[in-house]
Amino acid sequence: MTVAIDRATGKRHGDRAPRSGPGQRLKQSYQKHWYAYAMIAPVAIVLGVLVLYPLVYGVYLTLTDANSLNTARTIGVNHIDATYKFIGLDNYADILWGDTAYDRFWSHFIWTIVWTALCVALHYCIGLGLALLLNQKLRGRTLYRLILVLPWAVPTFVTVFGWRFMLADGGIINTALDALHLPSPAWLEDTFWQRFAAIMVNTWCGVPFMMVSLLGGLQSIDASLYEAAEMDGASAWQRFRYVTLPGLRSVSSTVVLLGIIWTFNQFAVIFLLFGNTAPDAQILVTWAYYLGFGQQPRDFAQSAAYGILLLAILIVFTSFYRRWLNRNDQQLAI
Amino acid sequence: MSTTTVESSAEASRTVPTQAPGRIRRRGDQSLAGSLVSHGILTVASLIALFPILWLVFLSLGPDKDDYLHPGGIWKKMTFGNYSFVLQHTAFFDWLKSSLIVSLGTTVIGVLIAATTGYAVSRMRFPGYRKFMWVLLVTQMFPVAVLMVPMYQMLSDLQLIDSYLGLVLVYCSTAVPYCAWLLKGYFDTIPFEIDEAGRVDGLTPFGTFARLILPLAKPGLAVAAFYSFLTAFGEVAFASTFMLSDTKYTFAVGLQSFVSEHDAQRNLMAATAVLIAIPVSVFFYLVQKNLVTGLTAGGTKG
Repeated sequence: MTVAIDRATGKRHGDRAPRSGPGQRLKQSYQKHWYAYAMIAPVAIVLGVLVLYPLVYGVYLTLTDANSLNTARTIGVNHIDATYKFIGLDNYADILWGDTAYDRFWSHFIWTIVWTALCVALHYCIGLGLALLLNQKLRGRTLYRLILVLPWAVPTFVTVFGWRFMLADGGIINTALDALHLPSPAWLEDTFWQRFAAIMVNTWCGVPFMMVSLLGGLQSIDASLYEAAEMDGASAWQRFRYVTLPGLRSVSSTVVLLGIIWTFNQFAVIFLLFGNTAPDAQILVTWAYYLGFGQQPRDFAQSAAYGILLLAILIVFTSFYRRWLNRNDQQLAI
Repeated sequence: MSTTTVESSAEASRTVPTQAPGRIRRRGDQSLAGSLVSHGILTVASLIALFPILWLVFLSLGPDKDDYLHPGGIWKKMTFGNYSFVLQHTAFFDWLKSSLIVSLGTTVIGVLIAATTGYAVSRMRFPGYRKFMWVLLVTQMFPVAVLMVPMYQMLSDLQLIDSYLGLVLVYCSTAVPYCAWLLKGYFDTIPFEIDEAGRVDGLTPFGTFARLILPLAKPGLAVAAFYSFLTAFGEVAFASTFMLSDTKYTFAVGLQSFVSEHDAQRNLMAATAVLIAIPVSVFFYLVQKNLVTGLTAGGTKG
């Protein structure tokens, strides 16, 4: 008999019938769970065809020297067969400890880590600050909230263009800085200021999501906890430290993980802000794109290898993050 | 907490006389200074949030392509000329068509395929459940670079480069797991008693899902649809690599083409940007409350 809801009847040790043979068990398992498998089949198939197969193919490409000159292609009516060959792990070795590994990989790697850490920290702190302000009884807070969500509402590719106007050499930001007799940096040319500008724009884009999520979290904290804390004479800081932060824990751990993944993979902001003009401000994702599609000849193998390395970094990080949460008795919502 | 009862009662007796008679401050009410500071910070933050957008709108009214460098002049010669030019003489409507086809295609396929899965992972525990959830999570972390090269190779083998179908397929690789994920969160909020009631009445799991749960889950389906629409609409990397012909560009790519092809016609770019941003932002505002609940539904419950 199949049950639609079997989440309550989780396996418990000791109340199992004597083990039957493997064939029998397989059959029972099939009878019990075929509904579930039928229901996840569409997604499983799509993932297999659209994600798993390309991924395996991509891993294979990283073991070759494929580029746009030796892969199969059609020019006019002539079809040219692929001539790339298998070279094993050379691509990875070259990326990680080849001659110019520092310039190509490690410098971008360090910048990517710095970028992710700074952006997520800024997103979280500013978002939490604004959420706390909006969670008070305050005249016009709905209006504030609507305005503050705006950067999220406008598509990134639109806002980044807006920022490019503002950051351009004679743009409004430098004009304003000039008027205040402050130095006006070359935002889109100088490496340091490119990085600064990228973090600034990404922070501007990312704060609303954090703010709204944390606001939701704040509103779900039971008000009686605050009353009790106040009765005990807790100061505002103590109430924040011992009621608000623990109450936000599960939302925080989820949005911080999402934020880290999204920022680490943030393609649009840097790509649209600089195009190919800023080799030193590229994070690993945009750098991998540049290798595969931004130059001639296109280096497919190295680009794919970067992609696999990036994915590996994220998976390792997420596993550790999860384990760390579990150790602290927290569950990730996802 | 270190404050003892004695201290706090002493403190209370000290503060009572300073309170104005008749005004008792309740929790959540603020002192005047406090609320002024709050308003101050929020106003500054709002200005920062608004300014880049307003600036874009303002620049879009300047007729000259270099007006963004001396914006003071725009006040005297404000015009909607850029807008009418963009609407009449550029590929704006082609881009609109491409964007809509690709985004709606992704949305429909994504939601349709993901719905049953979301239900299954919400209600059933089957062998391999954890691994499956892990796969769904991992696909969320795919950097664009991972699938881009192999997808490009495969689609060019299938002659699907520069076709809407190709781009829809690419977007489905992220939209489908994403929707399944989101819908699981929503299905979790629907009481399990409803399923039990359906089962008692003799419905199969499919029947329960189709007749009872699906109608209840409409808001959740809407959230998943909005999300995949907005994601597909704003995607840049795949769209700019896989779409080659001018008329098939999505907005994300078309907007860039003003820089290269038309010698950086920034006034037109600004106008196009505003034309895209306004409907999308309105759409977003209508659904934003649900979007957040959808994304963190599981999160707030822990």
